[in-house]
Amino acid sequence: MRRVGPFIRRGVKVNALKRDVKWYFKPIVRKGDVLEPGSIIGFVRESKIIDHKIMLPPNVRGELVRIEEGEFKVDDVVAVVRDKKGVEHGIALMQEWPVRKPRPFKVKYPPREPLITGQRVIDTFFPIAKGGTACIPGAFGTGKTVTLQKIAMWSDSDIVIYIGCGERGNEMSEILTEFPRLIDPKSRVPIMERTIIIANTSNMPVAAREASIYMGITIAEYYRDQGYHVTLIADSTSRWAEALREISGRLEEMPVEEGFPAYLPDRLAEFYERAGLVKPLGKPERRGSVTIVGAVSPPGGDFNEPVTIHTLRFVGVMWALDPDLAYRRHFPAINWLKSFSQYAESLEEWWAKKHPDFPKYRRKALRLLSVASEIEAIASIVGESALPDDQRLILVSAEILKEGFLRQVALSGEDVFCRPEKQYLLLKLIMDFYDKAYILVRHGVPIDEITSLPSVYEIMRVKEDERGIEAIKELYNIVMNDLEKIIKKYEMEM
Amino acid sequence: MAEENVIRLLKGIHGRIYHGVDELAGPILIVKRVKDVSYGEVVRIVGEDGVERVGRVLEVGDSEAIIQVLGEEEGLTTKCLVKFTGSLFEIPVSDEVLGRIFNGRFEPLDKLPPIISGEKRNVYGSPINPCARVYPHEFIETGVSIIDGMFSLIRGQKLPLFSISGLPHNAIAAQIARGATVPGKEEEFAVVFGGVGLRSDEAKYFISQFRRSGSLERSVLIINLAEDPVMERLLTPRIALTVAEYLAFDLGYHVLVILTDMTNYCEALRELSAAREEVPGRGGYPGYMYSDLATIYERAGVIGDKSGSLTLMPILTMPGGDLRHPIPDLTGYITEGQILLSMELYSKGIYPPVDVLPSLSRLMKSGIGEGKTREDHRYVADQLYEAYSRGMKARDLAKIVGEIGLSPRMRRYLKFADEFERKFIRQGFYERRSIEETLDLAWEVLSIIPEEELVRIPKRLIEKYHPRHRGRGFE
Repeated sequence: MRRVGPFIRRGVKVNALKRDVKWYFKPIVRKGDVLEPGSIIGFVRESKIIDHKIMLPPNVRGELVRIEEGEFKVDDVVAVVRDKKGVEHGIALMQEWPVRKPRPFKVKYPPREPLITGQRVIDTFFPIAKGGTACIPGAFGTGKTVTLQKIAMWSDSDIVIYIGCGERGNEMSEILTEFPRLIDPKSRVPIMERTIIIANTSNMPVAAREASIYMGITIAEYYRDQGYHVTLIADSTSRWAEALREISGRLEEMPVEEGFPAYLPDRLAEFYERAGLVKPLGKPERRGSVTIVGAVSPPGGDFNEPVTIHTLRFVGVMWALDPDLAYRRHFPAINWLKSFSQYAESLEEWWAKKHPDFPKYRRKALRLLSVASEIEAIASIVGESALPDDQRLILVSAEILKEGFLRQVALSGEDVFCRPEKQYLLLKLIMDFYDKAYILVRHGVPIDEITSLPSVYEIMRVKEDERGIEAIKELYNIVMNDLEKIIKKYEMEM
Repeated sequence: MAEENVIRLLKGIHGRIYHGVDELAGPILIVKRVKDVSYGEVVRIVGEDGVERVGRVLEVGDSEAIIQVLGEEEGLTTKCLVKFTGSLFEIPVSDEVLGRIFNGRFEPLDKLPPIISGEKRNVYGSPINPCARVYPHEFIETGVSIIDGMFSLIRGQKLPLFSISGLPHNAIAAQIARGATVPGKEEEFAVVFGGVGLRSDEAKYFISQFRRSGSLERSVLIINLAEDPVMERLLTPRIALTVAEYLAFDLGYHVLVILTDMTNYCEALRELSAAREEVPGRGGYPGYMYSDLATIYERAGVIGDKSGSLTLMPILTMPGGDLRHPIPDLTGYITEGQILLSMELYSKGIYPPVDVLPSLSRLMKSGIGEGKTREDHRYVADQLYEAYSRGMKARDLAKIVGEIGLSPRMRRYLKFADEFERKFIRQGFYERRSIEETLDLAWEVLSIIPEEELVRIPKRLIEKYHPRHRGRGFE
């Protein structure tokens, strides 16, 4: 950039890895060791939190005949391995891999552990597992990029790879300015230290756009092989599919749906199949995962189009973004009726270990939301005041759930990242309020008596209270007390 | 016409000359047996009539080139001379462009001499390195409440106006161009206007607006009329942006670029794509329309070590008023938000008729708040939006059950929506409201709603800014 100025001109070539920087390499194996492909031979401190493990390339095995400790450039030979035929292979700090070919591994496991994103609607209702795949389709303005950035910022992954594939230049610059400033709550270093950004803005050549996705996934696999949990974010896979279409058109291939080439589903499947929780090749034994989250930008926001349809066949989670929610500034605008997560059931076990009644609350809340949407449809014809009180209570409770739990828009402060424990307590607060109020309404207490309680409005705000969990516990008691008072007032027997 | 004459005419330019063309179809020329021709190269064509024309290479095949003639093609014969200049379409840049009016070939329309400058720029530009960008964060006060208050324009942003034929988008654009300033700053400010396929009365409207407001001397107008060649429509926005980039990143101006009407641009793109016999995408528009539009819109931005900025406000009319039509759809995926205009509001007599719910400014959050506008700005905007969306819901409901059937709470939101439209959105063409005035007005309207329902505003801000706490009620 210093030499060519702020514009990217034609014919400028830069090495992705700087060739003149020296790194300190520390071996962990000894001369004479017999090594399998993919074995770790040593490491380099790449950033404050990442130990970059130097591995044998997947196609090299044999006896280690030489290894050195010290400062090296990325292409210096640090070790030599002699294979069965007596051929010697020099091992450098860097290795090359064709991006379109998945890197091999030993075993793939079913994903079992959640990727905690700190976003309530995702973690509680539509969770993604480490090693899983998700897609987030939505029309423009529904907050795809913001949601993805939040996952990049706050998810508990070791490495995040963010591919800006045919997206806005200013979004890339936002990441580049924000990420070095944000401190990861776990490791206390800027999250930039664990982030890799691949920027292909929409005005760059399409051939590069097509390649950028493969480049990202290959880097992700490389860190997975080192034993890290990697999250790959592709924003947006629709632009990538369009690049395929454009190249295919120029090659004069026969187009199928909407001009896309016939091999589009294959390419999508190949890409999402590269995710997974695996045991990598070589020694020592380790586990690493690649989680893929892909944005989809369907034209006109209509999910009935080739890229969305085919993507949905290959992913485990869909976070469907809803323009109506976005129009109400309800973000993340993830529609709770249309989204799904195939990992939800297996991940409930993880939650139940700490909070045994979590699965119960989760299911109840989902049911409440779905019943509320039916009642809303009726209310839009007959008017809300014509509804019986128990139905109005459902509407009010769903409203509290939406505003106080699902909606999470904070850019800073308490509510940007919601810990699992807090998610659980908030959900418990809202659902217990509903249960108790429901009994009251059933006993003939007018709904207005309940909705006029000031603590009811507090439930919607408590998520942002800086005292965190304490504030929720406190409010829980207040709300329950208030309801008790109403019980006494009406002298009911419970 | 003696051929020597023609050759003399062409001698001034460096390049290879071909005698005669093989085919002539409308504005398309096909020359066979050519060597070393590049894509997008500028071509000079002299017909038997001695008139010189400019063209551009559209496609290069195996020893064959397809050329698009810019300007008048009448009178051309297959016997013309074609000269490949070896250079891409370039324009001279200089600070003398300010106050001038040009056509889509960058020829003066104001009867003044053409721009002469040693420095030439390729109109296609180059992408800005994302690492060199600065995330836009400076608020531009346009003086229009609905835009400043709820969909703030930020320096370096690209924020389009999605309109419908017949709505006053041109007036809004003119009002913004007239009013735009950054609060508390006196800086070099310039407007570059690119008119794509304008009707001559629209062109006259803009020229007179720029003249009347006295802003012509800090503006550049590039005007391609509806009757001008289609090919020039593809060049007009790029010329405007090349000029703007020069003003912003070489001379340090803060430039606002207005492009209208980008729908005409897309139609031109489709027309040429069809002429080239490409596989059509949605609605017959070429599959690369997204990438092509991006090469225009992505030129907006702020660059780290340069003092100027380039803010882009394209205007497009949605065909059939349909937001899902490919043109607004692809534009919305590239730009940082959109401002929609609504026929319904306009017929109610509300100007500017901004359709609040589907409008959005993505960069707003970084340019507002304490030290930039006011600490309550973000929350007030959020609350207005939320309340208005409830009000709209109540209005829909009232159409079915009647206002009587609404709960008292819903009726209050309905009243809010009416007042919001009448007081906050509505504004005179010559009325300029500062951001302070805009926010105070917002609080005044918000005070219709009970205080405890303002859940999107922190309590301390309600206590500080709510009219009831400041000693002035609504009624």
